[in-house]
Parts: sequence; C-alpha cells; structure tokens
Amino acid sequence: MTTRYTKDHEWVRLEGDVATVGITPYAAEQLGDVVYVELPAAGASFTQGADMAVVESAKAASDVYAPISGEIVSANEALSGAPDLVNQSADGEGWFVKLKAANTGELDALMDEAAYADYVKGL
Amino acid sequence: MAEAGPLKKLPLDALWRARAKKFGGFAGYDMPLEFEGLIAEHTWTRQHAGLFDVSHMGPSFLLQPQKQEQHLAGEDAHKRTASVIERIAPADIQGLKPGQVRYTMLLNSAGGVLDDFMVARPAAADSAGHLYIVVNAGCKEEDWALIEAALNGEAQLVRADENCLLALQGPAAVDALAASIPDGADTLRAMSFMTLERLTTKAFGTLIVTRSGYTGEDGYEILVSADAAVALAEALLAHPEVKPVGLGARDSLRLEAGLCLYGHDLDPATSPIEADLAWTIQKRRREAGDFPGAERILRELKEGPSRKRVGIRPKDRAPAREGVEILKDGKPVGIITSGGFSPILGAPISMGYIEAQFAEPGTQIDLLVRGQPRAGEIVALPFVPHTYVRKGKAS
Repeated sequence: MTTRYTKDHEWVRLEGDVATVGITPYAAEQLGDVVYVELPAAGASFTQGADMAVVESAKAASDVYAPISGEIVSANEALSGAPDLVNQSADGEGWFVKLKAANTGELDALMDEAAYADYVKGL
Repeated sequence: MAEAGPLKKLPLDALWRARAKKFGGFAGYDMPLEFEGLIAEHTWTRQHAGLFDVSHMGPSFLLQPQKQEQHLAGEDAHKRTASVIERIAPADIQGLKPGQVRYTMLLNSAGGVLDDFMVARPAAADSAGHLYIVVNAGCKEEDWALIEAALNGEAQLVRADENCLLALQGPAAVDALAASIPDGADTLRAMSFMTLERLTTKAFGTLIVTRSGYTGEDGYEILVSADAAVALAEALLAHPEVKPVGLGARDSLRLEAGLCLYGHDLDPATSPIEADLAWTIQKRRREAGDFPGAERILRELKEGPSRKRVGIRPKDRAPAREGVEILKDGKPVGIITSGGFSPILGAPISMGYIEAQFAEPGTQIDLLVRGQPRAGEIVALPFVPHTYVRKGKAS
C-alpha cells in the first residue's frame, strides 16, 4: 500500500480498488486552522483534477481536486463536527473521502513520497 | 491603494521574523500574519493580551502653522486646527475635550467614505492646537493628500509613520503595559477608553498612548520611536500575559467586534448612515450640515438609508465570505462584505449590506455560497460584547 501525491497537495492511498484521499500535512500547515470542510456525497463521480471538495481555513476557502477519477464510496463524517482533525492528522484521521478508482493506472503519474518531499522543498 | 514595488519592512521586522510562522504583504508592508495560529492568537487576545504591530498604519500630527506669529493659544488654537478636519470629516472635532479620542471618517462630496480614522486632542499645555490622527495603511498617502488640501494655511501636517505603532489588546493589557512602563503606570491605569496621554518615560522616551483599539477589547495603542520600539516590545512580550498576534487574528477580532474594515465594509459608495455609523456624527455637525455629502447623509438620517450594514449568522458551519449574495425568498437583497469564523462562538459570522426592510435582527435569509442557498439569520452587532473600560463621565 503506497501513498501518492499531487502538485495540489492531495494524497491518495489505494487499497484494492478503493482509494482514501486527503490533503497533505504541508497543505494543512499552509491553510492554518481548518474550520469547515465541504465533502461530496456518496455516489458522486469525479474525473481526475475536478473540484471535489472545499476546505475552509479561518482566513480563506480552497478547492480540493480529485487526485484520480472515481466514484465516492464514503466521506469522512467526523470532519463535519471536528474540522480541526485536518490540522491534527492530515494524513490520518483527517482524511476526506474514499473513492472507487475508475483507472488505477492514473496513480502512476502522481508523485511518490520522496518526489513530493522534493517538490515541497522547492516551493 | 498601496504602491507597487518591494515591500517595506517594519521597524521591528527582525523581532517578528524570529517569532512569526507566516509573513505576507499588506498595504505595501511585509507583515507578520500568523504566529502560533489564528484561532489560538485570537482566543489569547480575548482572554489575556495580544501584541500587534500596526506600524503600517498612518500616525500623524496636525500642528499649528509654522510661523510663530500665527500661533493661537488654548481653545482658539484647538478650534482652528479642528476646523481643518471638520472640512473633510463629519465628527465634532471642535468639541473634543483635552485628551479625548474620536472615531470618524473622511467623506467624498457624495457622502461616501474615503477612509475611517481616529483623531485625538492631546491634553498637554504645550500641545495647544495639535491633533493626533491615525489613518489606515492602505490609503494613508491619499488621506494625507486630502488633509494637506484642507489645511488652508491654518495648520501643518506632520507624518509620524517612521515610528512604531503597537497595539496591546485584551483584558490583561492594562496590567502588562503598566508593568512594562513603571514610570507611567498610574497614568495608564487611570485612562478611560478613547483618551490620549503623552508619557515621558525613562526606558522608552516619549510615548503617545491612546486607550483604544480595534478588537472590541480594552487595550492601548502606543506610538514609540523606532529606536525604543524593540525594548518596549521585548518588555511587553516578556510579560506572561502577552503573546504576539498577527494580522490574521486582527481581522477575525475586529469582525467579531462588529467593526468595519475599510475597502471591505466601507468604501466610497457607502455612507456612514448605511454603515450604521450615525453615532459618529455628533449633534453640532448634523445641525450645521457643513461636511462633504451632508445633503445625502442628513436625508438618510431623516428618512433612513435604503440599505444597512448588518450582522449575519449562517446556520450551518460553512463561512459566508466577502462577495456572497444575500437572498430573501430567492431574490438577491444584499451582499456580504466581511465573513469568516468566530473562534469565540465556534461558528461562522459575517457582516454585509441588505435592503433596509430586511435588516431587522431575527430576519431569516439565505446565503448563496458556491451556488447553493444556505440558511442564515440577521443578528445584532457586535457578535461578542465589547469590554471597553470607561471611567467617570469621560465619553
């Protein structure tokens, strides 16, 4: 089970054909205090790169894009009552959605952990 | 607005650089935006004391004309200098008592707001005919040009923005400031909200101190020379009740306090009456009607404005930010001008302008966030009560 990363700071972790998606600790740190997360409903479909969710920090709203194409299996209900989970555990309890991957091959084009670490270092 | 080019550094740049997590450009200055985190800084300010660097703003003085033979004494001197500001602002400046601070605004000929600012009358005997004026960072050059144009040889304008302007806000501000400035402690404690004192201190030289601020809390704003500023800021930060606070929390604090941010909640098309700031236009000026845009402003005072600034509470957790449309029965009736999250209420809050018939607190409205109408309610401002310290009869 490996984690892949996008240039927009989403992470995606595939188990079978279901991918868990969230934003990276770097993104959460940049956003600051997260106060609201708007997540898609189960059953909604997204193509790679489409607007999938919105994360609002105390100071601004930011779009979150679908890192791969697929259909939403479930959204992280815990975030509606405790959006600050994104700050506390962006790559764990603060996950956003699980989606059924339409084409797992899309992951190959995303960065692995080392490449993402290099990418962030260059920002 | 701010000129392009490299960002200007604050006199305390190095001090903040070592402590702040995020910096960013604001009104042409490189400013600390966040230290510990916006919500933590905000909450700390409401419960203890927050130290803000607002040196990007425009502190300045109006003094008597340069030529000694044109100088007047006492009340005559004050009235002459006050008349300069009364040409461009609707507050009763002549009526300021020695040591009193007032909030007012620069108006255009249509009664729209060009900036909001603080004006104070120093009390010291050697300050006859002086006014202390602090305008906003984003429009200070334009504001000072407007004041220059109103001088009519009756005063001279001296900008003081090479100094450091610190704001110490919160319930512990009085104790922390008094502890840091022992030779001014008694004076500082005795001050009422919206008053000014000039302090001569051993450690920090001359300070211009107003008991005022823009967070809804008790607190002070201190003009200190750039040379003495590091020592003063370090003395304050050494106090266990004081933490540094960035511009991010400054914005959420003023929004919670229901205070307007120029360029957002106030602009050249908006009148002080629409902005619910009628209280800033005292009786003498209303009767005289001798300020820019008086025709519109007096009419709106009499008949009521067609739209009003209101507080709004979205009912779910999604913030309704600047630019969000306000709907009533599906029809657009207003717009959000400031919106975000209230750390104290643990919920989103907004301010905006709405057609006057829907401005009553309790009115149910919808907020069009990302194309989706979401329920909200008009509420009274401020969202969190002010805790200003007023002593005796001072106003």
